Amino acid sequence: MPAILELEGVCAHYGRIQALRDVSLRVGEGEIVTIIGANGAGKSTTLMTICGIVRASAGDVRYCGESIRDVRADTLPSRGLCQVPEGRRIFPRLTVRENLDMGAFFRRDADGIEADLGMVYRLFPVLYERRTQHGGTLSGGEQQMLAIARALMSRPKMLLLDEPSLGLSPMFSQHIFKIIRNVNEERGMTILLVEQNANIALKLADRAYVMETGTVVMEDRAENLRENQDIKKAYLGQ
Amino acid sequence: MTRGSRKSWQYFGLGLAWFYLLLWPLMGITDGELHFKETSLVWLRVAVAAAVCFALYRLGRRGTLDPALRPLAAARDAVAGALGRAPRWMLLVPLAAFALAYPALTNRYAQDVAINVLVYICLGLGLNVVVGLCGLLDLGYIAFYGVGAYTYALLSVHYSLPFWVCLPICALFAAIAGCLIGYPTLRMRGDYLAIVTLGFGEIVRIVLNNWMQLTGGPNGILGIKSPGVYLPTFADGSLSFEYLAIRKLEYLYYIILALAVFTIIAVYRINFSRIGRAFEAIREDETAAELMGVDTFRFKLLAYGLGAVFGGLAGAFFAARMRFVSPESFTFIESAMVLAMVVLGGMGSIPGVILGALALIALPEMFRGFELYRMLAFGGAMAVMMLVRPAGLWPAARLGKRSDDSE
Repeated sequence: MPAILELEGVCAHYGRIQALRDVSLRVGEGEIVTIIGANGAGKSTTLMTICGIVRASAGDVRYCGESIRDVRADTLPSRGLCQVPEGRRIFPRLTVRENLDMGAFFRRDADGIEADLGMVYRLFPVLYERRTQHGGTLSGGEQQMLAIARALMSRPKMLLLDEPSLGLSPMFSQHIFKIIRNVNEERGMTILLVEQNANIALKLADRAYVMETGTVVMEDRAENLRENQDIKKAYLGQ
Repeated sequence: MTRGSRKSWQYFGLGLAWFYLLLWPLMGITDGELHFKETSLVWLRVAVAAAVCFALYRLGRRGTLDPALRPLAAARDAVAGALGRAPRWMLLVPLAAFALAYPALTNRYAQDVAINVLVYICLGLGLNVVVGLCGLLDLGYIAFYGVGAYTYALLSVHYSLPFWVCLPICALFAAIAGCLIGYPTLRMRGDYLAIVTLGFGEIVRIVLNNWMQLTGGPNGILGIKSPGVYLPTFADGSLSFEYLAIRKLEYLYYIILALAVFTIIAVYRINFSRIGRAFEAIREDETAAELMGVDTFRFKLLAYGLGAVFGGLAGAFFAARMRFVSPESFTFIESAMVLAMVVLGGMGSIPGVILGALALIALPEMFRGFELYRMLAFGGAMAVMMLVRPAGLWPAARLGKRSDDSE
């Protein structure tokens, strides 16, 4: 499977504090890969570094074979790399519809946008019902749907998801994860998923990386990790 | 009397006592003598008026006044409903007719106030793009007003360029100034940006004040020409154009009215465009906007430059109307006034900003009868307005307006 995203020895700092140490990972086209780990392990920073919000101080990030380490963050969505950031971060005082329009901000193909709008409304019917409501008035789960739908509006080749289950009921999480699998299978969208809920993430993913204190400590197929004694103890609560 | 109402009356009494302590040093101490009578009289009047208002407010809250208020509320709802249903031109046409007929109906003084209001509407709407739409707190906005005013002043005095030619040049210079100031400052966020813009606003004023050769320093620039028009005349059987300087207040009123209408239309178009939505996304969450592919730095610079353009236009008119500019007109207090209009009127709302400008310019004029206590009454009115309408006089209510689904 050809790699769509590769990180090689990436380091990142917040001021003088080192957040990532020599992180290397690889995501193949069409794969679902998950990064699990505890609070402060550097999972979100990894995603932010891929997107260029946090600058890598060493190493390289390659997307579709090209280095994107020094590329501006706002040019990535048009290249098919889109992130659903942690804590949803929808635009609270824009309407649902305007939030979705923002996802297609860089696109000029009005027909394609209209078609994708229909697609996300079919995927998330509740967003259609609430399309004239302000984003900030939605419930947490609806906001998460809106965040994912907004990212889908950019018609990405690869989707980075940061803790989509954060603050959601188990049932809602199941629903969100079903949709993630759905877009992966039907549209061949590559997915890099950061999750604290290792149980659900390892069931969904093909492969997984385990991060601790800013570095990757383990890498394997998801089903192997689910059987791994250390992982069971540390992350699956068994 | 319930316990809650007793408590609120206690606070009310405390407030009145505090007001007396505030009022007495202002009125009671003269030439080393202490008077109590005059202060007490004024205080008593204010206290009675305030007590009546407060009692009415309490009764209204308790629902005692409901039988009296219900028809009023019904009438208000009916009017609001009728206004909501009426097509937009039915509201705009009378408004435009009133604006056009205004000079014929009023005296010189009222026209002067109206011109001031219109200048501040331009400024307020320009700042609204920066603060209301893009969420960048700019405390030095008046610098662009100054750049526009001095640009026209210098071009008029040294090169005798007519007003109409200078107008776009002023807008351009203000936009360039906006980009020059914005380029280093817009990397800041939040409070830091506010402080840096405050600093740059002051820098512009201090440069104007000290660059003697160019700006004449604190003496300002005299002899700026009024806007003029070329009227066609048919003297001697051939067509020639006669230059006519506009000095009459009515005509100046029409010029600034046109500028204000242009500003309103331009800001309206920005507000409901792709660019306007990008501004709002930046205001809501800058990082998320960047992740959605918005070039945040460029759009912030664009917002800053666009805001500066309207400030520059208003400044050019200001110089042409006063025929004199000096750095005193561009102090921080002016920036604060314009910002207050935007906040008081309702951030991001065009009718709100217009109402805010009207309130902040016309109210102090209305309080002229109070002479010395004008600013006190003005401050009180502002405090009450912010208590009663914290989101602004006319909050931006564009729920679903921009993206009305056609289905």
